[in-house]
Amino acid sequence: MYVTDPSRAHPPSASGHTHARALDSDGTPVITTSGLTKVYRSRGREVTALDGVDLHVREGEVYGVIGQSGAGKSSLIRCVNLLERPTTGTVTVAGQDLTALAGRGSRASRELRRARSRIGMVFQHFNLLSTRTVQDNVELPLEILGTPGRERSRKALELLDLVGLSGQAKAYPAQLSGGQKQRVGIARALAGDPKVLLSDEATSALDPETTRSVLQLLRDLNRQLGLTVLLITHEMDVVKSICDSAALMENGRIVESGTVSELLATPGSELAAALFPVSGDASGDDRTVIDVTFHGDAAARPVISQLSRTYNIDISILGAAMDTVAGRQVGRMRIELPGGYEENVVPIGFLREQGLRLDVLGQEPLLLTGGAK
Amino acid sequence: MRPLLEQACWDTFYMVGWSTLIAVAGGLPLGILLVLTDRGGLLRNVVANKVIGQVVNVARSMPFIILMVALMGFTRTITGTTIGREAAIVPLAIGAIPFFARLVETAVREVDHGLVEAVQAMGGNTWTVVRRVLVPESLPSLISSATTTVVALIGYSAMAGTVGAGGLGDIAIRYGYQRFETGLMWITVAVLAVVISVIQFAGDHAARTLHRRGGGSGAVLGLRLLKPRPKPAGTDEPATADVGKAA
Repeated sequence: MYVTDPSRAHPPSASGHTHARALDSDGTPVITTSGLTKVYRSRGREVTALDGVDLHVREGEVYGVIGQSGAGKSSLIRCVNLLERPTTGTVTVAGQDLTALAGRGSRASRELRRARSRIGMVFQHFNLLSTRTVQDNVELPLEILGTPGRERSRKALELLDLVGLSGQAKAYPAQLSGGQKQRVGIARALAGDPKVLLSDEATSALDPETTRSVLQLLRDLNRQLGLTVLLITHEMDVVKSICDSAALMENGRIVESGTVSELLATPGSELAAALFPVSGDASGDDRTVIDVTFHGDAAARPVISQLSRTYNIDISILGAAMDTVAGRQVGRMRIELPGGYEENVVPIGFLREQGLRLDVLGQEPLLLTGGAK
Repeated sequence: MRPLLEQACWDTFYMVGWSTLIAVAGGLPLGILLVLTDRGGLLRNVVANKVIGQVVNVARSMPFIILMVALMGFTRTITGTTIGREAAIVPLAIGAIPFFARLVETAVREVDHGLVEAVQAMGGNTWTVVRRVLVPESLPSLISSATTTVVALIGYSAMAGTVGAGGLGDIAIRYGYQRFETGLMWITVAVLAVVISVIQFAGDHAARTLHRRGGGSGAVLGLRLLKPRPKPAGTDEPATADVGKAA
């Protein structure tokens, strides 16, 4: 006789991963935190690292949490697999309430440890055992799971092949470059067939070139294996290059969050501005400078060109930050139209009709449609 | 004189060998426990940590000769006697346990906490952390610590002569010093010096070999021995740009 728990509307599917990337706003949440707080007490002083964090990471997406040092990102990702015990709030991963499994005291219960083994984690400083070979490092999680020897080495070699290190199985970590070490770290994180990968500043100790290749690997794994990736970073480029969704953390709170497209659609979004920075000043008086934000369907049409032809005006592009995300062009562009604002009311109206979000510089109070900061 | 020295050598090896084994068996878990129960450890327990720490401190502050006398009753219950080689092993081992435990504590503390975290994130329990991370990663330091303990035990064992256990130190004191046989005394000291050098060399070699295994570069052994690089275990950083840059 089973009692159905209504709070677990999405039980973990035992079947294979979803290979298609369905990223509707109502996708199944794989990681959910609600009302998460973490307060550190040391010598009578209290430091609040997390202050009521609600996070929803959908299945199959790459979710980036960005913020400065001390914003609470590290505490957040450590609370997701309960390496840090949250002070209050709940963490649900793949339908399982981990906070309920925590057990008494500071030690992890058997159930929690089992749940952890299904969550991969990648670290900034790789955290590979220096006394084990690359292959033995990848086998470690399997040893913990009790996988038999032959099966372990088969799996480890397969994973090393997947991350492009098949030739290095017998090498020791000290013989590898930073990027190779992180690939080993990723292979190790995948050994337990996780649905979820946590990445704690995985590329912050790497040079830009290596960072790109490691991010590309994470992206590929996300697509090939349907792996959900939650990453924390302080580098906007990381979010820009691989994240489907992002959240901005400040002082232990999430101040903005959403898919990249949603963020762009949000007026005054700091994340959108940081992801797609535009600059450039008007080339003279009597010009109208407009920031155009492309998101949604309008992004697929050559709107600027249409504007120019329809109204026969010369448009200068002062600056632009465009990207192709999931096959759509998104980003922002700063354009300049001749004449003052009053003369350009009609073209501006045209752009609005195309579904673009416009910010006319110097006209904010008048034109920002709600939600202005 | 030959048989005398020979017998003394064997007595020393016998006492030091057994007491080292016991000291390692007792000191290793104790040292690890000191790290685990400490603040921020996996088995955080302030009371246990304080108690173990104090016991270790008291035992270490006790001069060996006094420890030997103080433990007489205990020695008798274990070996049935308070004199001879077997009887000397008990105080030697008990004196060396806290000594080795402190060295173990220092060695294990050096292990990067990130590695512990990684194993926890894989679902490993405390025992897994100890067995797969703390001990293997600190092994070179642990071997150095054991070497230091052996050398210290050879020193202590000289005093074991007072309970009639024999050994090299005993020969040097009784025959050499007290009977003014200066020649024999120097020979004994020379033998001790050789024994200790060999042990130290072997220990260093073992530690370095293990360390190198994790430290990469397959440099020729001889070259490394000529140019020893005193580096603590687990701190080897490759020449890539992945150091520093904390989040």
